[in-house]
Amino acid sequence: MNALLKHRLTWPVLALVLLLLLNQVFRADFLSVRLQDGHLYGSLIDILRNGAPTILIALGMTLVIASRGIDLSVGAVAAIAGAVSCTYIYTSPDPSSLRTAAVAVALAVVAGLVLGLWNGFLVSVVGIQPIIATLVLMTAGRGLAQLVTDGQIISVSNDSYQSIGAGFVLGLPISILIAAAAFLAAGLLTRRTALGTLIEAVGINPVASRLAGLNARTITMAVYVFSGLCAAIAGLMISSNVTAADANNAGLYIEMDAILAVVIGGTSLAGGRYSLVGTLIGALIIQTLTTTVYTLGIPPEVTLVFKALVVIIVCLLQSSRARTLLKQRRRPVTATSDVKVAI
Amino acid sequence: MNEIVPVVDLRGISIEFPGVKALDGVDLRLFQGEVHALMGENGAGKSTLIKALTGVYAIDSGTITVLGEQHRFAGPAEAQDARISTVYQEVNLCPNLSIEENILLGREPRRRGGIHWKEVRRRARAVLERLNLGHLDPGSVLSSHSIAIQQLVAIARSVQVDAKVLILDEPTSSLDTEEVQQLFAVIRSLRDHGVAILFVSHFLEQVYEISDRMTVLRNGRLVGEFMTRELPRMSLISKMMGKELDALTELDRSDVRTRPDRTDAVPLLLAEKLGRKGSVGNVDIALYEGQILGLAGLLGSGRTETARLLFGADRADQGQLTIRGTAQTLRSPRSAIDHGIAFSSENRKEEGLIGDLSVRDNLVLAMQASQGWLRRIPAHQQDQLTEKFIGALDIRPADKDALIRNLSGGNQQKVLLARWLITNPKLLILDEPTRGIDIGAKTQIQKLISTLAGDGMSIIFISAELEEVLRLSDHIAVLKDRRMVADLPNDGVTMEDVMTIIAGSAA
Repeated sequence: MNALLKHRLTWPVLALVLLLLLNQVFRADFLSVRLQDGHLYGSLIDILRNGAPTILIALGMTLVIASRGIDLSVGAVAAIAGAVSCTYIYTSPDPSSLRTAAVAVALAVVAGLVLGLWNGFLVSVVGIQPIIATLVLMTAGRGLAQLVTDGQIISVSNDSYQSIGAGFVLGLPISILIAAAAFLAAGLLTRRTALGTLIEAVGINPVASRLAGLNARTITMAVYVFSGLCAAIAGLMISSNVTAADANNAGLYIEMDAILAVVIGGTSLAGGRYSLVGTLIGALIIQTLTTTVYTLGIPPEVTLVFKALVVIIVCLLQSSRARTLLKQRRRPVTATSDVKVAI
Repeated sequence: MNEIVPVVDLRGISIEFPGVKALDGVDLRLFQGEVHALMGENGAGKSTLIKALTGVYAIDSGTITVLGEQHRFAGPAEAQDARISTVYQEVNLCPNLSIEENILLGREPRRRGGIHWKEVRRRARAVLERLNLGHLDPGSVLSSHSIAIQQLVAIARSVQVDAKVLILDEPTSSLDTEEVQQLFAVIRSLRDHGVAILFVSHFLEQVYEISDRMTVLRNGRLVGEFMTRELPRMSLISKMMGKELDALTELDRSDVRTRPDRTDAVPLLLAEKLGRKGSVGNVDIALYEGQILGLAGLLGSGRTETARLLFGADRADQGQLTIRGTAQTLRSPRSAIDHGIAFSSENRKEEGLIGDLSVRDNLVLAMQASQGWLRRIPAHQQDQLTEKFIGALDIRPADKDALIRNLSGGNQQKVLLARWLITNPKLLILDEPTRGIDIGAKTQIQKLISTLAGDGMSIIFISAELEEVLRLSDHIAVLKDRRMVADLPNDGVTMEDVMTIIAGSAA
């Protein structure tokens, strides 16, 4: 029991379950999932589907944060990816074919990789602090996206493209499947190879890592490229879902949600050990919160404050210091047993 | 001279930290118009004593008398009120403020609720001119100046408060010769104005040039107070190291192992006049397979800097390095490792450990790094390697999943050694591998070094304990004031020989 309480995923999972139950109290059919026309429907499916872009971006963000960095440009990269693909489809001679959609997706992915490479270059080669380096693209990226779309909202009509964000396979929304695949791929890529440990080593102690022979530069570069890739795919989902590219609003503030998801999931902003599962739960908490706001009928003016409150509570529950304070309140006399050995 | 009342009189100062007596009944007297050098090796208690005098640490016993008045400092502010100023090794100023703002920070003259900037400028200029720094623009940003100038500004700040006592902690460690002379000129002028100066430096020659009196500490105890001109370098060194000269000559050399003589072969590593500006120079080393080279020298003499050059952690900009007959430039630790060179830093915590990872992750890190991230060392092989070295080096606790930051210093050191041993290096550079660890672990590590060399590994061994260096090494390179000054084959070299070289001004 004690071990379970100490596990770093216990509190986020508990928070998620409580949120879901709260919804169930207010709406009796909240947790039910039904099959209709061969597709799964229900609030849980909606949460997963709407949360897919955040999950993807938070995945990339997790690795960046583990390496002691941060990527503020993900929202802008998502907007650029959407702009590139939609503009390509819009201007192509055959705007509704599968082939056009495929090229559009490829172009967007390449754009994401290149932009990630740019961030990685600024951070690891030029040596700019991550928050500043990615701030550059966060601001400039929206402008780039506008240049691509010529300042217009580009609407497209291509069934194949639309299915990325709104389609179903085997009864499940495709965006959920993509997010799940990316999650598995990231897990395998970092935990089956040595990449995960090396990223953690660089994040915990860059100096010692360099002296142990790690090529910190390449590792840093790789995490930003991965983050760019995730952001690009998320951008495809967002634009596909509304069949349009909106340079100004696509993925707006998604970097904040992603960073929150990582933090709620128990990965420290100081870098080092990370948990992809934690991030997944964090992203789901954030998405569930948004849904909860609708379920409870909370007026939209209060929504952001409500979200902030829940996030603060979850973070406090995770902080060992806050927990100790809480414990001392309840049992003031017990001596703390986990005194760390000095040296 | 003794009739004069000292400005600062510390008597019987003791400070205890959990488990360690950092200072044990130490006295220190600072006189008006004198430069006083505080001398001692690593862990002698120099910084603790300074921190007691500046109110950073509370003293457990003893008395602090400043200008005839007894004090009990509860914090640095109170020491400053007693007109004691300190200039630390790292400049403790605001780099983004101007020179004048730094000099008068917190004491700005005011007028009508705001800062009287004209008066600020006037006072700053007056202080700078007093220190012969009139050429500096008081309005220029501090960070636009060199470290030397920044240090002088820090001194100007303390002069502005009319300090009676000025403490200079390693002020010259990052200055070049010319800058040192500039600093000394300022120190002398302050001294002539009646300021009592406490000067701490690892540079022997500088101490002899600037100081009038010195206090020597060793292992937290007072060795004595001496007039600089009456204390030859040789006896100073032996006082710092704690070996009386006659005792030194009787060193037990019975366990000297047979040393391979391979001077006919191609050296594994050949450094010719290797150096790096501002770090270390004149490094001449020829190291053969299976040899142990010891680097001897006082703290700050350039031992670590030499190791970093040979490992590519710092890039050399002078001289030439040849590895197995081919000229090489080491651009990074990575390239040194590819040549079979390994380096275990003296700075375990900052430069060795990945604290939040397990013993196993730390142990396989270097091997994994050289295999590349794609070829992950299989879990069972990681476990096997870790268990093998936990057994072989007696690492405790014998738990491969324990976080390394929770291990004791000696056990952390063993894990770091194992990290390099599993990569099978040709040359292992060990910087202070036995520092701060208990005697049992120490002998284990010394034995291990002998065995490794016996198996054909070349080793560069750095230790502040000269005795240890002499016992283990085949060759001894002596460093002094950031230059290599001698290379002795160890055929009966005594501590006295090495000390003579360090004391001699042959730099």
